[in-house]
Amino acid sequence: MRDIEMSRVNATREEMFETVKSPTLTHEQKLTTMTNLADSLLEVLKLPKGLDELLNQPIDKQCICDLAEGHAPLRPRYIIPDYAKFMREGSKFLQLEPPKDLYEALNCLQIFYRHVPSVTNFPVYVGALDELLEPFIDDVDEAQAKKLIKLFLTQMDRTILDSFSHANVGPKATKAGRIILEAEAELEHAVPNITMKYDESITPDDFAICGIRAALHSAKPSFANHSMFKGELDEDYVIASCYNGLKLGGGSYTLVRLILGNIAKRADNVEDFKKNQLPYVCQIMAEYMDERIRFEVEESGFFENNFLAKEGFIKRERFTAMFGMVGLAECVNILMEKEGKTGRFGHDKEADKLGVEIMEQIDAFNKQHVNPYCEITGGHFLLHAQVGIASDLNVSPGTRIPIGEEPEELLEHLRHCSHFHKYFPSGTGDIFPIDMTVHKNPEFVLDIIKGAFKENLRYLSFYSSDSDVIRITGYLVKRSEIEKLEKGQNVLQDTTALGMGAKHNGKILERKIR
Amino acid sequence: MKRVPVNKIIPFSSVDGPGNRTAVFLQGCNFDCRYCHNPETRNVCRDCGECVKSCPSGALKLGESRVVFEPAACVSCDACIHICRYGCSPRIRNMTPEEVMEAVQKQVPFIRGITVSGGECTLYPEFLTDLFVLCKKEGLGTLIDSNGTLDFSEYPELTAVTDGVMLDIKAWDDEEHKKVTGVSGVVVRKNALELASAGKLLEVRTVVVPGLFDCEETVRETARQLRPYLAYGNIRYKLIRYRKIGVREQYAVVCRSPSEEMMERLADIVRSEGLDDVIVI
Ligand code: SF4
Ligand code: SF4
Ligand code: SF4
Repeated sequence: MRDIEMSRVNATREEMFETVKSPTLTHEQKLTTMTNLADSLLEVLKLPKGLDELLNQPIDKQCICDLAEGHAPLRPRYIIPDYAKFMREGSKFLQLEPPKDLYEALNCLQIFYRHVPSVTNFPVYVGALDELLEPFIDDVDEAQAKKLIKLFLTQMDRTILDSFSHANVGPKATKAGRIILEAEAELEHAVPNITMKYDESITPDDFAICGIRAALHSAKPSFANHSMFKGELDEDYVIASCYNGLKLGGGSYTLVRLILGNIAKRADNVEDFKKNQLPYVCQIMAEYMDERIRFEVEESGFFENNFLAKEGFIKRERFTAMFGMVGLAECVNILMEKEGKTGRFGHDKEADKLGVEIMEQIDAFNKQHVNPYCEITGGHFLLHAQVGIASDLNVSPGTRIPIGEEPEELLEHLRHCSHFHKYFPSGTGDIFPIDMTVHKNPEFVLDIIKGAFKENLRYLSFYSSDSDVIRITGYLVKRSEIEKLEKGQNVLQDTTALGMGAKHNGKILERKIR
Repeated sequence: MKRVPVNKIIPFSSVDGPGNRTAVFLQGCNFDCRYCHNPETRNVCRDCGECVKSCPSGALKLGESRVVFEPAACVSCDACIHICRYGCSPRIRNMTPEEVMEAVQKQVPFIRGITVSGGECTLYPEFLTDLFVLCKKEGLGTLIDSNGTLDFSEYPELTAVTDGVMLDIKAWDDEEHKKVTGVSGVVVRKNALELASAGKLLEVRTVVVPGLFDCEETVRETARQLRPYLAYGNIRYKLIRYRKIGVREQYAVVCRSPSEEMMERLADIVRSEGLDDVIVI
């Protein structure tokens, strides 16, 4: 381990002390912050040359961002346990037999969630709840099943303290799935996030409508293009965290992101960007990811010692990593300006074409970079359109059009998305606040989903313009909770603070209503 | 080529029939409803030129004896329709069925069909027939939003390519119908029953204006007469609360908006007559 300067130690100690005294952080939030600060003092990774100058920079210059994963990753960023195996076999470590009825099934899952680590220390994936619960759903009458499921969901909302936690339903219609969606529509909770895997040829309309009704009340589920994900990741993929496609029984070692707008600032013009700046930064980021992965696999001991791996709920060989990017819009706009052109991303053919060329280049880079521990995805990382973090200023998520600049017509907006969603098997998505009147015509949203998936869109989220639960970028928060935090009161979930940041810096409440 | 005046085309509409539809609004109407919310869709432009001066963005120009509209420059401020003395709008494009179809096709595959509305679109039955034939070739649904004065039984070709009609029942009693619209409603009622018996009456709607006509009687009679035809297809009853926006001043002062309770009472009446699919907007 490398030495560090005493001044850095002292600065960190100051921060720790502030954390201890913080009036707004809850106890759990303090513990997490303290852990991260302690970790920040470790220097064990062999960092690639040139990284420091790209990573440790103020927000308007930073080109690579590791999203607070820490200096000595003690677990993979996202872990996707095979809950079905757990339901079949139970767990020795947790001293649990396979559940025999709905009561036991829900109880077992609740216990298991407590032991699934992630970058936030909460599970980012809580299972295909409909498939997991369907075998038990007729143990009790429907009213009681709904009551039990509501209690289960409420327990999750109050104990899994951030909404990067994600459940899946679909593509097949199930009774359990319908009850879960109805329960969520009534509860209007922020946690867990839910995705419905949707395939027009598998998912019946009435099940999809049940999902849309829930979405208009509680901003979830979102809708994933099942046939597209299946084509890339096979049948056993899941949607976790914000909207990340990953393998069941695996996960993602790490997620690091390119801040494309800041890379564009380094370039003289489009040619310099494409020839020099982008390849240079991509290479360093890939090397940095390689090193993080090497540490996790070869040094951290996680895959040898954690019960999830020991009992086969996850397998090292099923992990991959996410090569993230944000700010394509700003990148394109900056480069257009440098070329003396006025066209803007989302509104101009040439600007959009440049956006596509940049994506093609990142995609090609990723396809030639090989990491020995990403066997499951052909030795390559998966591209990820990252949704941004609260402190991002003038950085649009992934390939999204900046809020406030959305095209006048929803149609144009969807057509624009269709150029970009295909690059991101490990996740991208667009969000559409929908006018109230659609409550009376949920088929309107269904038609848009059907059309969008035919046009190769990957992932769509909707919420009603008047709902309390709203989607920030990928995760959900309650407006009412943001208001509490703004008044300086404690709030339960970590993501509320992120939502407040995004409200102020990212203008998320100013999205165009459709 | 037959051209008809098109007031506007809304690419995605959630309020003009089931699912997502492109809504096409044709210009011109043969009624004169007191509470008309878009009086500017009723008449055809006389090219008097008055509105050209009112346009702040230069979207209107006086061409050779005609007002020319430049859609790209329009900022949708509606100044032109407020100034027009003839109940009209200069933002009209005269389009053929093929041209309208081209505009509709941009929305495929996001829409399940189109709805043609007005004004009163059935003033142009040949246009509708041609447009709907084109839609059917593309597998798109076809709905008509109408005040019901075109006798559909005289246009079997149009009826054949129309999936459904959404019909306004302005008032059941004919004297009241004349009072509300200036026109008799005999054909409207005939249409309602005939379309219902053919399973093509998708929806009836009544704008509720207390005091202007007997809303209870209209709603009750409509529901009662339609009830026997539910076997041929669902009929939705949409009860629309009268609102002042858009209504011409001389009428806005005499019309009142109904209370929530009144709307609920009317919805209950519809349900008690056996039509379960009622929505209040
Ligand atoms: S039928 Fe419709 S467009 Fe015609 S006057 Fe009446 S409300 Fe207005
Ligand atoms: S829209 Fe009205 S004001 Fe303008 S030219 Fe036509 S009739 Fe005259
Ligand atoms: S609505 Fe358009 S055409 Fe009419 S006055 Fe305004 S800008 Fe001019």
